[in-house]
Amino acid sequence: MTPNSDLVVQTEQLSKVFRVGFWGKRVTAVEGLNLEVRCGEVFGFLGPNGAGKTTTLKILMGLIYPTSGTARLFNLDMGDPRAKSRLGFLPESPYFYDSLTSREFLGFYGHLFGLWGAVLDKRIDELLELVGMTHAKDLQLRKFSKGMLQRVGVAQALINDPELVVLDEPMSGLDPIGRKEVRDLILRLKESGKTVLFSSHILHDAEVLCDRVAMILKGRLVACGRVTDLLDQGANHQVELIVDRLTPEGLDHLRPLTDKVVMQGDRMLVVLKSQQQVGGALEIIRAAKASLVSLTPQKGSLEDLFIREVEEHRSPSENRT
Amino acid sequence: MKILSIGLNTFRENLRDKLLYNLLVFALLMIGSSVLLSRLTLGEFHRLILDVGLGSINFFGVLIAIFVGIGLVSKEIEKKTIYTIVSKPVARYQFLLGKYVGLTITLFVNTVVMALGLLVVLYAQAVPVEGMLFKALALIFVEFMVITAVALLFSTFTSATLSAIFTLAMYVIGHLTADLKTFGAKMDDLSRGILDGIYYLLPNLERFNLKGHVVHHLEVSGADLMLIVAYGATYTAVLLFTASLIFHRRDFR
Repeated sequence: MTPNSDLVVQTEQLSKVFRVGFWGKRVTAVEGLNLEVRCGEVFGFLGPNGAGKTTTLKILMGLIYPTSGTARLFNLDMGDPRAKSRLGFLPESPYFYDSLTSREFLGFYGHLFGLWGAVLDKRIDELLELVGMTHAKDLQLRKFSKGMLQRVGVAQALINDPELVVLDEPMSGLDPIGRKEVRDLILRLKESGKTVLFSSHILHDAEVLCDRVAMILKGRLVACGRVTDLLDQGANHQVELIVDRLTPEGLDHLRPLTDKVVMQGDRMLVVLKSQQQVGGALEIIRAAKASLVSLTPQKGSLEDLFIREVEEHRSPSENRT
Repeated sequence: MKILSIGLNTFRENLRDKLLYNLLVFALLMIGSSVLLSRLTLGEFHRLILDVGLGSINFFGVLIAIFVGIGLVSKEIEKKTIYTIVSKPVARYQFLLGKYVGLTITLFVNTVVMALGLLVVLYAQAVPVEGMLFKALALIFVEFMVITAVALLFSTFTSATLSAIFTLAMYVIGHLTADLKTFGAKMDDLSRGILDGIYYLLPNLERFNLKGHVVHHLEVSGADLMLIVAYGATYTAVLLFTASLIFHRRDFR
């Protein structure tokens, strides 16, 4: 692996095989994963549940050991304390010492970085302010809602002012307000120059937040790149029309150009296969003396790309069922 | 410093654990009840108070060591708290030793509280307190340190429930190992060799039991006492080292 100062996270042919059950059956969680996260970007690590996202993050955090391949953080081997001192990690729905108050909780994590006294107190105050938890600083964690726990969890990940912040499913289980708060927080981290790597299966969030994303399915990387590039490449540029009072003959003419037609009384929603079909469709509508209510080019979404990839990578046996 | 931070945090967590207080209250009740039991005996009531009192301290301390001890590591893994600690610049052995230090502090405080309970009972019943009592208490504490290390070792590779069962079994076996030696003496060479091997491998917890000495006013020399403490410390060190080795290679799934 060649050192590159711009790369914060770098994995090469990373694989993890777990042995499960009494007979030690081999289950591949991650296979030949090559991933690069650059300095200062917000990187989304996407995939359905059980795709291998958490396993990959755990390898990066030194919580599990890879079966083969390498992973490096800041060009240092994973598990190197120098790398660990530059990162912050929030696991998915963790339990924290719930008898502690926010202040005690953050104080404990501060001690692990050698922070004590006034420096630590100041840092805790700043963090509680950043995550909007100043009002609950002396409240025990067991009295917190899930959203509050998530926020104090983020504060814990930031105690050492890390260059890389890794969040595992930070939006899962949160209500819309909680999710928005986490989104805003990620953007604020990016503004302050930090690199953020987060995993999610909520694609809308990733689309809004990420500079680049990687999509993983069954432990393998299926797509990686800038969100806009992936959308352009993945979108099939469908066009959606809403038409009023189209005659049955007109509809018969129109049908070969469409992917989908939905009738709603006199009105119908027509999805054209591609932008090339627009001219022909408009002529048919005009000839049938129907009226066009709207014409909307469809922008591809990460969700479309995601579903398409899942379909493509489905095994033949799954397709039969 | 990191070990101490984790230790103090563990101690603080333990202090807020209801289980600890329940066990402590039962221990104090048992110690107190020795007064009632002594009424049922003729002339032996000094011995009975000392015997039941020390026995209660030992039994409840071991329960605390096991039931709080097994949760130390396995609970942290199950609840994912360990993820936030191991991902920080903390070596895994530091985490493990920190947890051990925390529980040891908890057990020390508990032993002191239970011992004070016993001293109050002894004072109220006008039983003379001899130096031997404190030596016995010190060795009970050394036994707790060994048992805690056993619980910690098991919890590095198995679930909380299995750790509890294994540790409890080790406690019982540990007090009966002398029987292995006696039993082996009557066997052929090979069987005796195997039984002797098991005897030396398992902790001989009976070595830490000075109840008989206290009750029957027997003395134990300073050299013997040092030897027993050294045995406990060495055994604990080996257990903690083994636990660290297992813990280092473990995947936190």
